[in-house]
This record gives sequence, structure tokens and C-alpha cells, in this order.
Amino acid sequence: MTPEKQQKLEALALRVREHIVRLSTDGGCFTGASLSCADLLVYLYADCLNVRPDNLTDPTRDYLFLSKGHDVPALYGTFVELGFLDKARLDQHLSTDDHIYWHPNRNVPGVEFHSGSLGHLPSVALGVAMDCRMRGQTNKVIVITGDGELNEGTVWESLLVASAHKVNNLTLVVDRNHFQANVATEDLIPLEPLAPKFEAFGCEVRRIDGHDFAQMEEAFAALPFSETKPSVIICDTVRGRGLPSIEARADRWFCNFSSEEVTELLKELHSQEATTLTSETLTVR
Amino acid sequence: MIYEDLIKETALADERIVVMTAENRALIRNLPAVLGPRFIDTGITEQTLIGAAAGLALRGRVPILHALATFLTLRAFEFIRTDVGIGQLPVKLSGFVPGFLSDGNGPTHQAIEDVSLMRGIPGMTVFAPADEQDMLAMLPAIWASPSPAYVRINTRPATYEHAPFEMGKAEIVAEGTDITILTYGMLFEQTLVARELLMQQGRSVGLINLRSLKPIDEAALLAVARRGGLLVTVEDHFVTGGLFSILAEVLLRHQLTARVLPLALEERWYRPGRLSAVLEYEGFTGHHIARRITEHLGESGAAIAPGPAVLENQFAE
Repeated sequence: MTPEKQQKLEALALRVREHIVRLSTDGGCFTGASLSCADLLVYLYADCLNVRPDNLTDPTRDYLFLSKGHDVPALYGTFVELGFLDKARLDQHLSTDDHIYWHPNRNVPGVEFHSGSLGHLPSVALGVAMDCRMRGQTNKVIVITGDGELNEGTVWESLLVASAHKVNNLTLVVDRNHFQANVATEDLIPLEPLAPKFEAFGCEVRRIDGHDFAQMEEAFAALPFSETKPSVIICDTVRGRGLPSIEARADRWFCNFSSEEVTELLKELHSQEATTLTSETLTVR
Repeated sequence: MIYEDLIKETALADERIVVMTAENRALIRNLPAVLGPRFIDTGITEQTLIGAAAGLALRGRVPILHALATFLTLRAFEFIRTDVGIGQLPVKLSGFVPGFLSDGNGPTHQAIEDVSLMRGIPGMTVFAPADEQDMLAMLPAIWASPSPAYVRINTRPATYEHAPFEMGKAEIVAEGTDITILTYGMLFEQTLVARELLMQQGRSVGLINLRSLKPIDEAALLAVARRGGLLVTVEDHFVTGGLFSILAEVLLRHQLTARVLPLALEERWYRPGRLSAVLEYEGFTGHHIARRITEHLGESGAAIAPGPAVLENQFAE
């Protein structure tokens, strides 16, 4: 990756993180889960996928389905920065005057399908990928899941079916931030060794650092990994990445900060010096 | 006393109790340390949660299950119906953030068909407490019963001193000759406000907190229908299958009819937002309930006073 591109993506990701922090007040949002996949969404929309505000109805566009819908602040922040979404709409967060709430919905341009109930979009993406293939298209169909989401049986059913039908234009990307809502994944329903699980379900798997743009570039450029198998990219990430005061903390999944804390956290994004937080932790699911 | 204390007390006194969750620990965060192996978190696996609970119940346990009401009753529906229902097992379902309580989450998280679904399962019992005090009053009887049960968990603070709970009995808060409001769950607090506002307009207004939707207190419903006046069903549920449907079923079974105004969600999911905004937008604050009833009676609701501010939810999900 060129240094220019690297710098451009980093600057974009920082602005997306600022949106996430600003949404983490007045009712709050899923801050930790949003920060873990911010770099991934920035990379995909800014550099990888053929999807832009002007081709959202083109059936040959690349599709991204966000199955871990609670990280929607990262998605909307990316959309604002790339011109999909008017920034003023983020000010309507949790207002009944708009549709900006805790999970994605198609009242926001660029959202391919609503989510919020985990384990749904792998199968929806499978259907889209099957149709693209039937029509001889070569566009990418990507679905992003959380790692806790891998508890849901439907994820694995989708992969069994995708594998059986050799749907190689489907790519499942895991935001492997090592936490479910309340606890570390390995303390509850251990997922490791994860790559061999996907391999056993007939997928071709790569594992990368989900905060390293160069690794993302290399992995996504290599899609599809196989002529006959669905692809899986496991992105190792850190929950809360970018805010040292909440990074990798089980109790900072959903955050509802005071306005003073938001001011301090916006500084923290730049300084990387942890802020002392006083707001009550909310780790509710 | 809070929910977690009650479940802890009950479980420590009764070895049969097993507390389970599909990674919803909001109200039971301290139980793993207390209950050890009798606390089972299956991860985000609602179907397996139900199946495993059925297995535990087959061995004589009484599992109390926790998950978001929507994923519990919808995603795992066939497992509840087939494993718990056909099996007639004493599995106790605690559904979090039912109805309007999922405020800002959006349609994926809105359990507003849960009463309809759960009461359709033979042998299943269905409860919807008005607030935390009401809920704590009913849970011991629900957990002690041999029946499977679904409870709309509601930890909002009480704004009313409730009567002791009696299985299958509604709570008659007030009797009135012009209007009787029938409700359940978190909207009870808004109907209390609505009743006050309507009485300020000189109307005689009754109010019933149903508490239990199955078994339903038929005698209470028949009594208010026979008294005459307008019956108003108020519920954070689709109009299909909830209290309005239950009332219609009871009345028709007894060859009765009545003037009924259903205030419920009609053929769409509600607009997400903070709880106060949701109630305002959807017309379910005490003020709006009183206004809609007044307008239904053919009069202007302009004189209805504003009610108190709605307390926001303390939980995200």
C-alpha cells in the first residue's frame, strides 16, 4: 500500500471514529463494537468495493451486508464521510423524526438490508450471491458478522449451503474483536481454533489484522480465494479500538457518555491518552 | 427487592431452579457466582437455549430462561412450541425489553407479537406485569406453577401500589361508568395518567391491569362489558392477537358485544427512538391516550392537559 493511500485511509478512519464518539451520548450506542470494525468498513467502502452514492441501484455493484448491525455508527460515519449520507441526519440519532437508530435500515442510502437480529445476513447474502452468479456477474458479495454472532447456528447453515452450492462469490468477513456483549468469547463459547472450523465447513480462509489497511488490501485483492468455495476473512480486531480508555473492555460495549466525556474522548482519539470515565457502564444485551 | 434478588432467593431455596440465558445478563449479572453450575449461559443461541432447557426440565429441573423477548419468542418459536409446548414442561421464559421497551433498537428488536404467539401454544401461560413491583408480586406463583410460562419482563419503577397477585385474576384499579381502560405491561403507568386526565374532564373512568393474559380473567372482562360504557384496550402489541383479540374472543364466546376502542399497533412496526419520543410519536403517552379516547367519543381533545414527562429506559436492550 502506498504511504499516500495509507494516510488517506487513516485520516478517514479517524473522522469516522469521531462520528462514533459523537453518537455515544443522549441515549448512546454500541461504541465498542463500532470502533472494532471502523477500519474495516472504511477500507471496504473507500478503497475496495464498487459501490458509491451514484450506483446504489446498479445490480452489478458490489454488495456489503452488515450482519452485526449494532455497529451501525461505524457504517453511518463511513457513509457520511463518503457522501452516501447527509451529516445532519446523524444529529437525528434516536429521534422519531428520522430513522437513525441502533440498527441499520434501508431508510438510509447504502444500507443493503436491515439487521439487528444476529445470524440473518449470511443467508440473505448467500441468496444475493447465488443470483449474481446465475446472471453471470462477477461482483463481490460480502457479509460482515461479529464473532459472538458465530454462536448462531444460521451462520453455519449458510456456510454449509454456500459450500454445497460452490458459491465462491460470497465472502464472509468476521470482525474478530474477541468479545460478545458481556464477556470475552473464549470465556463463554470458545471459537478458537476458528479458521479450521470454517475450513471444515468448506470455506477458503485467510486471517488478517483488521486494523492494518495493507493486510486488508492484500487479502481483499485476492478474492475469490477459490474457484469452488466461499471465502472467509477473519479480521482480528480490538473492541473499542482508538479509545484507550475503553479498548478491550467487556463493560464498554454499549456506551452512553455525558457530553463532557464526549469532548474528552474526541481529544483522546487524537492523543491516545486514556480519559477517566465516570458514566455508568452499560453492558446490556 | 429487585429481580436478581428474587431469582437468587428462589434458586437458593429450590435446587430444581436452573437459570439460563442466551447471553442476556442485564438483570442477572451477579448470578453466575452465586449459582455455579446452575447458571448456564449458552451464548447467542436461542434455539439451543430452549432445547437444552427442555432437556433439563425432563430431568426435573425448572429452568428460568432469559433472552430478548423478540429473539426468544420469534427465533426460538418452534422450539418453544415443540419442545416445551408439546412436552408440557415447566420452562419459564423471561423476555427482556418487550413492546415499547426496546425503544431505539428498531423493528428487529420489537416484540409486539409475543403475546399472540405465546398464548397460541396449548398449556402456555402469559404474564405482563405493569412495573417491577407488579412483576415481583407475580413471579413466585409463576415459577411455582407446573405450567410453562412467558413473562414480559418489566423493571420500570412502580407509580402505583399494587394489590397482591392472584393467579388468573386481573387487578381492578378503579371502576367507572363512562369508560373502562383495559391494559397490561409498561403502558399501565400511562393509562394511570390518562385516567386522571379524563376524570379532570368530568368522566367516570375505570382501569384494569390485566397482569395475566393467559389465563385471562374472563369474569373481569364480562363484568365491564355488561356495565356498558366504552371499553378501551391499550397495549404495546400488534392489534392482532393481543388484548383486543382476547376481549373479542371472550365476548363472542359469551354471545356478548360491546363498544370497544383498540389502541394498539396497526400493521406496522413502531418508529424507534428514545422511549419518551416513541410514546409521543405513536400516541401512547397518558396525554395522547386520553386525547384519542376523547376524540373517539366525538369531542375535541384540545382541553386535555399534558401529562408528566415519560421516564426514559435505563437499559439499552
